[in-house]
Formats: sequence, structure tokens, C-alpha cells
Amino acid sequence: MTITLDMAQTDLRTVNTTLQAAAKGQANEAYIIENPRGSHAMACGLDGALDVTVKGSTGYYTAGMNKDATVTVEGSAGPGVAENMMSGVVTIQGDASQYAGATGHGGLLNIRGNASSRCGISMKGIDIVVHGSIGHMCAFMAQKGNLVVLGDAGDALGDSLYEARLFVRGSVKSLGADCIEKEMRDEHLTLLAELLEKAGADAKPEEFKRYGSARKLYNFNIDHADEY
Amino acid sequence: MCGIVGLFLKRDELRPQLGDMLTDMLITMTDRGPDSAGIAIYGDEAEGRVKITVQSDTPDTDFEGLEPALSAEIGVAATTRVIDTHAVLSVPSDKEAAAIAWLEARGLRIMGSGQSMEIYKEVGLPKDVAARFGLRDMGGSHGIGHTRMATESAVTTLGAHPFSTADDQCLVHNGSLSNHNQMRRKLAHKGVFTRSENDTEVGAAYISSRVADGDTLGEALEGTLKDLDGFFTFVAGTKDGFGVVRDPIACKPAVMAETDDYVAFASEYRAFADLPGIEAARIWEPEPATVYFWER
Repeated sequence: MTITLDMAQTDLRTVNTTLQAAAKGQANEAYIIENPRGSHAMACGLDGALDVTVKGSTGYYTAGMNKDATVTVEGSAGPGVAENMMSGVVTIQGDASQYAGATGHGGLLNIRGNASSRCGISMKGIDIVVHGSIGHMCAFMAQKGNLVVLGDAGDALGDSLYEARLFVRGSVKSLGADCIEKEMRDEHLTLLAELLEKAGADAKPEEFKRYGSARKLYNFNIDHADEY
Repeated sequence: MCGIVGLFLKRDELRPQLGDMLTDMLITMTDRGPDSAGIAIYGDEAEGRVKITVQSDTPDTDFEGLEPALSAEIGVAATTRVIDTHAVLSVPSDKEAAAIAWLEARGLRIMGSGQSMEIYKEVGLPKDVAARFGLRDMGGSHGIGHTRMATESAVTTLGAHPFSTADDQCLVHNGSLSNHNQMRRKLAHKGVFTRSENDTEVGAAYISSRVADGDTLGEALEGTLKDLDGFFTFVAGTKDGFGVVRDPIACKPAVMAETDDYVAFASEYRAFADLPGIEAARIWEPEPATVYFWER
């Protein structure tokens, strides 16, 4: 069953309460949200199987803390989309602003346009696929998960990186401290092929380069004092 | 946190609607800045004359008899339009400096001056400020607005944005500058003075002083990246259009929209929701440390 909520008549709090109750009830329903008008915290805190399509652009913190739900924004999303996401799928048809997928633990964040600065900052297991390019300081202190970029990456990619894997097809303006290019082994090509397929991305794994942690900044080492 | 909006019209037929469109954008940004609001609007101009916008906390007494007194002082007829706490005085261009000196000596606050620019700003909720000045009914080619949540100086009329430090130039700012006192002293050495303790006014004065030294507005905005320390998303208005620049870290938000009819700037997409044709507009986030310009 598909239910339409029009934000020209229904306020944000009612929309979110309705979605959160439906997600909790495991009703597995589909919702369409019309006239989002750049609202903040759209479809956040959903913790059950639910399909939500937002017909337009959204503001801050869209689909934050998402668990199990599938949220699609048919427009662009403001700062902090899918922040601390646990599982499920969040798709942005347009661009995503700063810190998309920050601190995400799991699930797939699929950005069809560009992402701006700090995408995947402190990511902890989330998979992020960006079909366009990303800005500066992406995957800063990223701990776990995969960031796939079909376009280019900005300055200081993967600064102070832990164990997240970064795959970039285009150019990288600069690598952050302790982030290096790494060998693309068969296991990485297989993983990347799976991620590209899940995201519906038209690209071949062989076209990408892999970046990861040099693991020199894990523990304090007096010989590296200049690098901290 | 503060809110910024800007609108540059590409078609003259839309000029009567500028104030209405900008007012909706400004009010939507109330959550980002409920302390004060202000707008710089670039409207009609008269050949050989400048408009001086002044403000008074006691307009009933201060604006009474202002027009004949100013006309007598400068020796030619000045005209006056009083709008709430503000008055827009029109004088011949060659009498501008004398008029401003005389108005300041009378204790009036100078909001700005120029051939086409008028500035209206006050303490209060954006919707109340907009209603007091009748912003909705104002026309023009372009305008920029600001909703303020104060950080660096007191909540006063003079602390509200936009700041104007040269004819037809103004600046609005989201962020905070950390080297504004040092820059204020440097500018004072050059003979460039500010009217408030506010950080943004120093940014405006920096840009105006670079332009006065012969730089283009683009070069002056480029210079802010090197010479100003702190967080900023700036929108600078001129007689011909506006420019946008964000600091290299770019943690202060910015979004832009362009259609065949207009170019719009806002701190958040929400401010665009009522603009005509926004569904089909090109929407993008301005890059850090990059100067953007729209001019007619």
C-alpha cells in the first residue's frame, strides 16, 4: 500500500511521527512525501522496514540514524544526510551537502549527484557510493566501511584514516595525513563490483584506485610528532 | 549562526516582485537569525544624484524638518522619503560627502549610500522588520538580506547586516572573523574607519578599501581568503550584481539556484521553496575558496 503525505497540509512533526510509527510497526508500507520544501530532519529515526520517497529537496539531517528503511530523495539533500545510519538504503537523486553519511555504522548511502566536503567523516561501517565528485576532507578519521567515488575527490582525502577502504575513479586533489594509495587485489575488485551493482553505478571496478591507511598514526610515536 | 539570502533578477519585468520574493526568503531564514534582520535593495536611480539611507531611534523628532534643513545646508534641494525608523535622502552626487557629514553630526546613523542602493535594518524578528519597512512592496534589480544571530558584537541596529562601507557596496556574512581587531587597526592606519565593533563591518571595509585602491571586486573577494582569518560565507552586493565567497574550510552553509529568470543565494534550500520555477532550477553548492559573480 502506498500512502501520500503532503507537507503543504501536514507538518514535519506529524510526517516524521507517522513514518516512525509505521517503521516500528513493521508494516512494510510505502510512503510518498510531497512538498518537502527543504525541511530539516526529514524521515529521520526510522527503525524498521519502510519505503519512503521524498518528492523534492530536503534540508539538514535527512534520514538520520536510519535502520532498515529505504529512503529516496528525489532532489538534493542538505548537510548531514544519513548521519549515523545503521542499515537500510538512503538514495539521493541530486547532490548531498556537507558531512553526508557521517559516523554511519552500516547500510548503503547512494548519492547520484555530487557530495560536498567531509563526506563519510568518521564512518564506522557504512557503504557510501557517490556517482559524482566529492569535496575536501572526506573520510576524515574513517574507521570502517567503503567509500566509492565515480568522479574526483577534493583535498585531504582520508586524513587520519583507520580501516575504511576508499575507491576513487577520477583524480584525487591531495591525500590527507597517513592516507596512501594501495594495491587493488582480487578481493577488492569483487567487493567494488558488488557495491557498484548495488548502487546501480555504471562503472568498472578496474577503473578505480584504492586508498587506505598507512597505519603510521594509529599509536603515538615520537618519531612521527611532526605528522600529528 | 546567521541566515543569508540574495536574489539577482535576469529579466526587468520581474523587478516589481523583487521585494516580495526576497521577503519570503528572509522570513524563512528566521530560525538561523531571530535577533535582527536587514536588506540592501538596488532599485531606481536618478542621474547625478545619490541616495543616503539614515536611521534614528526617534524618527518622529529627528526626521521632522530634516529635508529643508539639509537643503539649506548643502544649498540645493534634497528630497526625503521616511520609512519607519529610516529615511532615504536624495542629494546631488557632488554634495554627498557634505550631506553625510552634516547628517552624522546631527546624530543620525548612516546605513549606506549610493546611486541605487538602499539599506534597511533593525533589531527584531525578520517578519516584523520586513513589515515595518514594507519590504514586500519594494522593487529593484537585485538585493541581499541577512537574519542575525549575534556572536561578535551587541544586538543593535548598527550591529545588524548588511554593512556598507562605500557607495553602492554592501556585505552580509555568516560566520565570525577572528582577526578583525588587527585588521581594523591596519585599515585605520590607511585612513579607513568603521562605525561599529562588529567583525563583518571590518570585512566590508577591507573589501571597499581594496576596491578603492584599484582592485576589482573579484580581486578584493579573493583577498579575503588570504587576509581574513575565521569562518565566513560572504555575499557582497554592488550596483551591478553580487559576489559570493566561502572560506576554505566552508563549514558555513551555502546553496545557489539559477533559472532563466534569476540567480538566488541562500544559507539553506528552504529559502528557495517559494521561488517560481524552483523545481526546474539548477541547484548547487558554491565551492570553498572560490569567488562567484553575477553582474548585469
